[in-house]
Amino acid sequence: MDTIFGVPTQALFGQLLIGLINGSFYALLSLGLAVIFGLLNIINFTHGAQYMLGAFTAYLLLTKAGLGYWWALLIAPVAVGITGILIERLLLSHLYKLDHLYGLLLTFGLALIIQGVFRNEFGSSGQPYPIPPQLTGGQNLGFMFLPNYRAWVIVASLVVCLATWFMIERTKLGGYLRAATENPALVQAFGVNVPRMITLTYGFGVGLAALAGVMAAPIYQVSPQMGADLIIVVFAVVVIGGMGSILGAIVTGFGLGLIEGLTKVFYPEASNTVIFIIMAIVLLLRPAGLFGREK
Amino acid sequence: MAAVLHPGTAAASAGETRSLRWAFAGMVALVALAPLAVYPVFAMKVMCFALFACAFNLLIGFGGLLSFGHAMFFGGGAYLAAHSAKVWGFTPELAVLFATACTALLALATGLLAIRRQGIYFAMITLALAQMVYFFSLQAPFTGGEDGIQAVPRGKLFGVVDLANNYAMYAFVAVVFLGGFLLIWRIVHSPFGQVLKAIRENEPRAVSLGYDTDRYKLVAFVLSGTISGLAGGTKALVFQLASLTDVHWSMSGEVVLMTLVGGLGTLFGPVVGAAVIVTMQNYLAQLGAWVTVVQGAIFVVCVMAFRRGIVGELGALFRAKKPV
Repeated sequence: MDTIFGVPTQALFGQLLIGLINGSFYALLSLGLAVIFGLLNIINFTHGAQYMLGAFTAYLLLTKAGLGYWWALLIAPVAVGITGILIERLLLSHLYKLDHLYGLLLTFGLALIIQGVFRNEFGSSGQPYPIPPQLTGGQNLGFMFLPNYRAWVIVASLVVCLATWFMIERTKLGGYLRAATENPALVQAFGVNVPRMITLTYGFGVGLAALAGVMAAPIYQVSPQMGADLIIVVFAVVVIGGMGSILGAIVTGFGLGLIEGLTKVFYPEASNTVIFIIMAIVLLLRPAGLFGREK
Repeated sequence: MAAVLHPGTAAASAGETRSLRWAFAGMVALVALAPLAVYPVFAMKVMCFALFACAFNLLIGFGGLLSFGHAMFFGGGAYLAAHSAKVWGFTPELAVLFATACTALLALATGLLAIRRQGIYFAMITLALAQMVYFFSLQAPFTGGEDGIQAVPRGKLFGVVDLANNYAMYAFVAVVFLGGFLLIWRIVHSPFGQVLKAIRENEPRAVSLGYDTDRYKLVAFVLSGTISGLAGGTKALVFQLASLTDVHWSMSGEVVLMTLVGGLGTLFGPVVGAAVIVTMQNYLAQLGAWVTVVQGAIFVVCVMAFRRGIVGELGALFRAKKPV
């Protein structure tokens, strides 16, 4: 068997693939966090719970309504996005005049509620979710075996990330959004309905989290705690990337996924902590983050 | 902006100082009499968490820094005290002192990183650093992994007083708690505490007055972390247990909740908040995961409608009745 640096190539590429998959989810989630933060100045602690809600929506659609993966991919982000809009209208919108830390505390409380309710309902163990029939099987690439579904997740999340980037950086709607991030009062004066834009932005960010949740369902199992630990890693990703740029969030997400995968090959003991260690180093060298600007 | 976050700030007018002294005397009496009314271990648990919450409040309430990673100091202190008491045979006072000293170093290292960013970033960074400590505790050889360190001997205080007796242990915890509380009181009302409040209210102005704000924030972070370590170490001796629960992020969330319920930036708020939350956990323990839901709901209610907390609201009532 071939080896690179004393590691079998099979294992190396296998871990790199897992790294890319994890990176896809880091990118999707940190992208949603960055979009929400840009306009609302709130770190959405509920993001992990909303990712879990997406996965559970897919699971419930399949078991209760018989609707499969592709329907879930469509329905879950919209449904969870609507709950996000309700949260924004009923709760978050009353906190904008206060210190931003209250938004963090509120969303933390919401995450506890959502995760607690699902743990009561479904227990702590994971529920399996099947890979859609169109994407079972895999390709033999010669140097490794690539399951179709995993290839789909990587491609799909890249497409979603780039589409989001395009929408925000290159379209007129995105222009309004960026302008409102810089100076909401002025944009409001130009006749743009900024409060509605804020609401829809939150719904969109939450929808992205739910989309990630649906895509994650066949890979990791569907469990109430699936988002809780993930979100902390995503926070570290956000600190490393800095929240100044959309492209930065995408690059950092995928990059850190790969680094984590490599760590699993060469020094498995540190694979849980490597992202936090990188965060510490980045904070020492470039406190604003790799792509961030000091405000 | 920051003024909105701290509605119940402890002011230092003569009248307020007098009422604070009375409140402290009341608390000492309550601590002295509590073992007659409630189970001593329960009262000790309340005191450990109250000290933890007071230490946390020193940072958010008086320094304006929201740490979401204080479990690393509490849990770290618990592990260090448990290990030194069980494996190295330290006497209880040495074990707690050792734990406190080590968490001071941990707070210095993490504080140097965390104070490089402000506001929301500060919260995320402390959370991530605490998660790192959590994974370390999960994997390190001396922490016992999922089991934690169990059957920690309480030992003999100064080699003389046997703390296996719950009442002796209670006296020890009471001294630690009241001593820690007085220390925080002193810090808050010292010139250092005043500068800290100035930084909280308006950091650029404090900088322009010539204060090295980073150093003040770091010292506040280290003090807060150290006293949290003291609380955690004491808690490990009380329960004879140090486990992953103590370092988990949900513990960091719990101490935020205690402080928020009691009243951010009030001296006695965290004590009241800790008593309320620990009591609630005790009564709701059989409900399992619903405890999390209830805690989340309290978070939401506090943030939406009750931002001053119990002590802050009482203080406001008191002030409204007696116009100055």
